[in-house]
Amino acid sequence: MRVESYGTLAEAARAMGPDAVFMAGGTLVMRDVNAGTAASRIVRSADPALREIRASGDGFSLGAGVTMAQILAHRDLAFLAPVARAVGGPQVRNMATIGGNIFAHHPYGDFAVALLALGSRVVQAGQGGARSLDDVLRERGRSGGSSAIIAAIEAPRPRDPRAFGFLKVSRIKPKGVSVMSLAAHLPLEGGRIRGARVAFGAMGPAPLRSAAVERVLEGQRLDATTIARAAQLAGDGLDPPTDALASAWYRREVAGAHLKRLLEKMERG
Amino acid sequence: MIEFRKEFFANERDDNLNEIGKPTRRQDILGHVTGRSPYFDDHLFEGLLHIRCVRSPHHHARIRRIDISAAEKMPGVVRVLLGKDVPRNLNTLLSLLDFGLDDEPVLSETKVAYKGEPVAAIVAESEAQARAAVLAVKVEYEALPHVLDVEDAVKPGAPVVCGIYPTNKFIYHGKFDHQKLRYGDVEEAFSRADHIVEGRYQMSPIEQAPMETCGAIAAPEINDRYVCFTSTQGLFFSLGTAAKLLTMPSSRLHFVGGTVGGGFGGKVDSMHEPLAILGAMLTGRPCKYAWDREEEMQVGAPRGAERWYIKDGVARDGRILARKFTGYFDSGAYTRLSSYAIIKGVGHLPGPYTIPNVYADVFCVYTNRTPATAMRGFGITGVDFAIEAHMDKVAEAVGLNPIELRILNSYRDGDMKAHRRTAKNCALVECCQVVAEKGGVALSPASRAATSLIDGGGERGRLPARTATDQNGAVSGYRGGSYGKKGGGASAMQPIRMPTPTDAARAPQRPAAPAYQPPAASPPSAPPPAPAMETPRHGALRFSSLSGFRRR
Amino acid sequence: MAKKPVTFTLNGSDRAAFAEEGLNLLEFLRRGIGDLSPKYGCGQGACGACTVIIDGETHLACLTMADAVHGRKVETASGLANGKVHPLQEAFMEYFAAQCGYCTPGMLMSAKVLLDRNPSPTRADVIEAISGNLCRCTGYEPIIDAILATANMRARA
Repeated sequence: MRVESYGTLAEAARAMGPDAVFMAGGTLVMRDVNAGTAASRIVRSADPALREIRASGDGFSLGAGVTMAQILAHRDLAFLAPVARAVGGPQVRNMATIGGNIFAHHPYGDFAVALLALGSRVVQAGQGGARSLDDVLRERGRSGGSSAIIAAIEAPRPRDPRAFGFLKVSRIKPKGVSVMSLAAHLPLEGGRIRGARVAFGAMGPAPLRSAAVERVLEGQRLDATTIARAAQLAGDGLDPPTDALASAWYRREVAGAHLKRLLEKMERG
Repeated sequence: MIEFRKEFFANERDDNLNEIGKPTRRQDILGHVTGRSPYFDDHLFEGLLHIRCVRSPHHHARIRRIDISAAEKMPGVVRVLLGKDVPRNLNTLLSLLDFGLDDEPVLSETKVAYKGEPVAAIVAESEAQARAAVLAVKVEYEALPHVLDVEDAVKPGAPVVCGIYPTNKFIYHGKFDHQKLRYGDVEEAFSRADHIVEGRYQMSPIEQAPMETCGAIAAPEINDRYVCFTSTQGLFFSLGTAAKLLTMPSSRLHFVGGTVGGGFGGKVDSMHEPLAILGAMLTGRPCKYAWDREEEMQVGAPRGAERWYIKDGVARDGRILARKFTGYFDSGAYTRLSSYAIIKGVGHLPGPYTIPNVYADVFCVYTNRTPATAMRGFGITGVDFAIEAHMDKVAEAVGLNPIELRILNSYRDGDMKAHRRTAKNCALVECCQVVAEKGGVALSPASRAATSLIDGGGERGRLPARTATDQNGAVSGYRGGSYGKKGGGASAMQPIRMPTPTDAARAPQRPAAPAYQPPAASPPSAPPPAPAMETPRHGALRFSSLSGFRRR
Repeated sequence: MAKKPVTFTLNGSDRAAFAEEGLNLLEFLRRGIGDLSPKYGCGQGACGACTVIIDGETHLACLTMADAVHGRKVETASGLANGKVHPLQEAFMEYFAAQCGYCTPGMLMSAKVLLDRNPSPTRADVIEAISGNLCRCTGYEPIIDAILATANMRARA
């Protein structure tokens, strides 16, 4: 195994290849290093851009190396604080990064679920433009993802923070890994939902959106009837995994109940 | 918050307690808070080698071939250990107490009986190099049918897990394929009961999951001795086990332990010390063999799964007239301590209740699961869950409050217990009363007035007039002592005519040892045992000192 | 494997040692430096027994590459006592906040950072602060009590 360090992200991006893995906070890659299952080359970069947070009125950009602790400490990202706090304990939050979370397999990867619900876009190092996180996650679910390094994540800011909701379901209180996580962005126009986005974690090979639930919510008021209809369809089109925490059957069975809880919490504001 | 209810049993107790109820400092606390308590891995050695095992990916398979040629050439590999390198590659933990037959190799040579069973061990300069070399060992397996359920395992034709016990059942006292308890006549009592209440209860395995994983470091010492730092919970137990497997007098082994990063029963199996010492013997260098977290969870022996069937005969007023148990302990692929858990569990039946007719058949069953071992009250905790769940079921059947039902049936001082000891210092009645009070449950005047001190003994203190016995599950071909039999030179559990399973072929014959004499129960219909003769014993520990049974 | 020199500050003292490529900070501190207070519990970031403080923040030593501390300040439980035991250590002793003691060094690191940043934490704050540290003897309550008692003691002093 070789460890390579690069001053800039561009250099690191050039060094990547099928035999390499990029290490950010280390909470995923170092596990593999310790277990002797890591890629033969580990690529790191100390590029300060990776740790940058830029927040503006209608959006924000997070360097891929921004940690959960940085999110928690940032005043303008208060609506994401509950998501960051749901990730690990303080030590993990001081290390774990936004970019790494996009590659975290269940029962981890809760932050990516929130980013997916927000309609985030992914900027890849050394490549122009940005791709939708939906595509990046779908690709990860299918083939493990590309070897491109994520430089930053851009997302629109919910106009009303109450339109964004997040719920992590774990068996251990107060903290545990997720049986599933759910995030919803339900902007209201004239009291009706316009542009619903509902995402699930640990309900497929990678975080994914529920088209069925989004369809039910679209154009509706968030009321008991709508919530009940959404809950009924919660498992539709999802392909939950069986792991040590829960079986696929269990996850599908309880998805509706948890979606109901999340939507009711959002309804109450 | 501790609350002392000193009104109970006040005249039985000296109340000048110096420690109980008063805060005290642990004697080892300064080391703990300064990070200086010396756990096994906190001893640094120059040139330390690391051992990691090659493990079976199958639940059950015959080993056709183990090819270590590529692994031996890997960077950092100093030695590859195989079963043939272990001086005596077959053991059962309780052989130190003359209980059970040697059944488990340190490194399997002919077959594997659970997923994760070790078949070879790499000794390398670094842990990473040992891990890499593990992957380079090529093992050719022939997968065999496996069995993962206790009741499937005892059916005729089930795959034989461990050839030493060809019916997948441990042999008790050389006589039976299960541990028996016979007290009175349950069938007769069932015929006159007003209610029959039956239940099936099951407990899953539980991993102890100590914060510190199990491990040991061994190093050559002066005077042809080896020092071994270990996480063991039973230092002399591990010492004896290592001496046996390495055919080495224990005087050549210098064991250091006592600082354990959590054990909960999971650190008594002495898996690490023999291999670490063997590594040190064969390389002349210090060797560490420790599990990583994944191994701790996958191959670390858990509390075994248990399945219990309970059938009660109950009178209309809630008195339990008879209780019959059929129990299956899932021992996994080897015996470890499950055989003993059952001895303990059967001594505990039928729970803290005075029931005049009790019957139990309890089986120690081999399956192709991770071997089970000790964990916090093993042998008791599981069946207690079954008993107490069943008590609630009985309460429902007779229409009594569950606390009242327990008070009605609780042991009183002077009652005869099913294992033929007189109950004393009983306190369940009082516990139930306090529970009712705390839980806001109104008790009947009779239950409120009840006490453990009266109404016991007399008729309740006598043995049953008749105990129904049987020869169900009798085995032949095993010679051995039994509960009732005393003295003599016949070794407990020495097989006369052994089946010849492939993995037992290398089992060396042991010299005859004095008979095994567990003191605290008796065979069906036997009179209460007289105090056992103080037979001189060499080596073997008295089972009673381990089991917690005390001679009175 | 290539070795890299790593110089850093450990509990206030300058240290320098070589670290093999890919070696984690836990093994580096324990075997390379000889500070045995951080413990191995899982190697996966799940248990917190290896928690150390790097530049004032808790980190998991098992998931940190050794060379990542080059030029930085590392604190471990073995450096907590400075001539006499730290108030947190005193409280852990007084409140029986350790049984087997294996999680204790990591717990102390998490507790120290909490109190350095928040001198008067609530019980909920303490629970959150040690949520990344497992204790299998399940002694959480005495640990929480000990941390709160330290804060109270400091507030009175």
